[in-house]
Amino acid sequence: MSVDKNTVRKVARLARIAVPEERLGPLAGELNGILAWIEQLNEVNVDGVEAMTTPVAMKLPMREDVVTDGNIRDQVLANAPKSEDGFFVVPKVVE
Amino acid sequence: MTNLTQLSLSDAVDGLKAKQFSSKEITQAFLTEIDKSNPHLNAYVVVTADKALKMAEASDAKLAKGQGGTLEGAPLGIKDLFCTAGVRTTACSNILGEFTPTYESTVTQNLWNQGAVMLGKLNMDEFAMGSANETSRFGPPASPWRRKGSNVKLTAGGSSGGSATAVSADLCLAATASDTGGSIRQPAAFTGTVGIKPTYGRASRYGMVAFASSLDQAGPLAKTVKDAALMLEIMCSADPKDSTSLHLPVPEWTKSVGKSVKGMRIGVPKEYRVDGMPEEIEKLWSQGIAWLKAAGATIVDVELPHTKYALPAYYIVAPAEASSNLARYDGIRYGARQSGDGSLTSTYETTRAKGFGAEVQRRLLIGTYVLSAGYYDAYYLRAQKVRSLILRDFELAFEKCDALLTPATPSAAFGYGEKGDDPVAMYLNDIFTVTANLAGLPAIAVPAGVDSQGLPLGLQVIGKALDEEACFKVAGAIEQAAQFTARPSRWW
Repeated sequence: MSVDKNTVRKVARLARIAVPEERLGPLAGELNGILAWIEQLNEVNVDGVEAMTTPVAMKLPMREDVVTDGNIRDQVLANAPKSEDGFFVVPKVVE
Repeated sequence: MTNLTQLSLSDAVDGLKAKQFSSKEITQAFLTEIDKSNPHLNAYVVVTADKALKMAEASDAKLAKGQGGTLEGAPLGIKDLFCTAGVRTTACSNILGEFTPTYESTVTQNLWNQGAVMLGKLNMDEFAMGSANETSRFGPPASPWRRKGSNVKLTAGGSSGGSATAVSADLCLAATASDTGGSIRQPAAFTGTVGIKPTYGRASRYGMVAFASSLDQAGPLAKTVKDAALMLEIMCSADPKDSTSLHLPVPEWTKSVGKSVKGMRIGVPKEYRVDGMPEEIEKLWSQGIAWLKAAGATIVDVELPHTKYALPAYYIVAPAEASSNLARYDGIRYGARQSGDGSLTSTYETTRAKGFGAEVQRRLLIGTYVLSAGYYDAYYLRAQKVRSLILRDFELAFEKCDALLTPATPSAAFGYGEKGDDPVAMYLNDIFTVTANLAGLPAIAVPAGVDSQGLPLGLQVIGKALDEEACFKVAGAIEQAAQFTARPSRWW
């Protein structure tokens, strides 16, 4: 499976990374280099093999369904690039 | 006492408790040394001098009353991957801007609870993605080590290059680090220091900037095996804030160091003898085998047939998980925002294009591709199945032995730019370390000798799940036999 410029454009869109047109070709080359190397995994017979979860079997811990945090609005907003009156300021999302 | 900065962590802790010197004295000694050295070595990306001195004063007050924690008054460096309340934390990425956490990671909180003093934040590859620490937004650190008669700048390894530089250049007593594919053990091997990655789940990931969640583990870089055990004992804990944290008591690993390896069975996997491996690495490995035999261990040949598939599997799993984890960096809630043409999509795309460096972008694209519609089964699911086979290899090997001995890296430290532009050539650096991440096993790197150019080389000990004790015992025996006393000669 090799990728072309169009695939890179599509994947970059999915990853929400702006990639200039002239970088699409070189990136396709780099990704193909890595993907070709990864293809070795096709040699491995994985029939009947379960996907790895953990080396130490453990029950997922449960806790009481209660609020353990909150009332820290200013801390939540402390690193916002833009905030106003206790809200995040974001670009217009509804036309 | 003149050279406080050259003490081991254990000796410093004893000296503080015995009031041979104060925390303020040793902290000031480190701050002075950092002032002098950091412009040349670039190990620290933030120095928290005021905070350090305040913490030292508080420690001295406790020590004066004969109180205090296990690490009371001992100055440490913290990898920039760990969130530290009120201190800028960026994982050395531009996208985090001037991000200053309002909360503390569990690992660092555990250290402060035992009285440790924070000197500052240490350089690393951007989001821990790299093997040479050259993808940092702050530029690479310079290893204190150089080849004999050469002034070529060498890498201290990656991603924990700042931690390895700081420990090996005496800019802290010990440092925190993290290991997703070898990021503790490879820098340890390159700088003549000791680094351990514990069993997955031993250390909490709460407040540690996420790279690949099923592989990331915190661990220490330190000057001796005992120091590494001391640090790890405190860093690890069962943490309700991390659902993958193991709810098991943390053993007293410091007591394992120095215990005899007599009667232990040490496995030697033939698959770790790779093409193009320098003869010196091969010799070092044989030397390690001879040391352990002489110490009373039995050597067993074992097979790990899926070893060659570990790196390709890693380069599916790690980028896939990274593409999901790093989706949070959108420039809306924190970090550096770029507005692009002002629309929401353009804000996201421009923020991420400007904020992420080339290697991170490359991995995010790979990760997004392998998870995209129609490819999940062929790539991610297959890679996770290969992981099971790698773990099964280890489990079968551990039926015949108690721990495995391998080289830590396929070469000594290299110079910046010497690997060329091929990302795969750089990835191959982690060939001996990545298997332990995929299988979730504990593994330690310990200095064992120097090459003909005077650069340190390390051996690796891989243990069974939860058996860090075996790693510490075997590494302790190697440390004792190797008598590694080489030091970088001061050029900075």
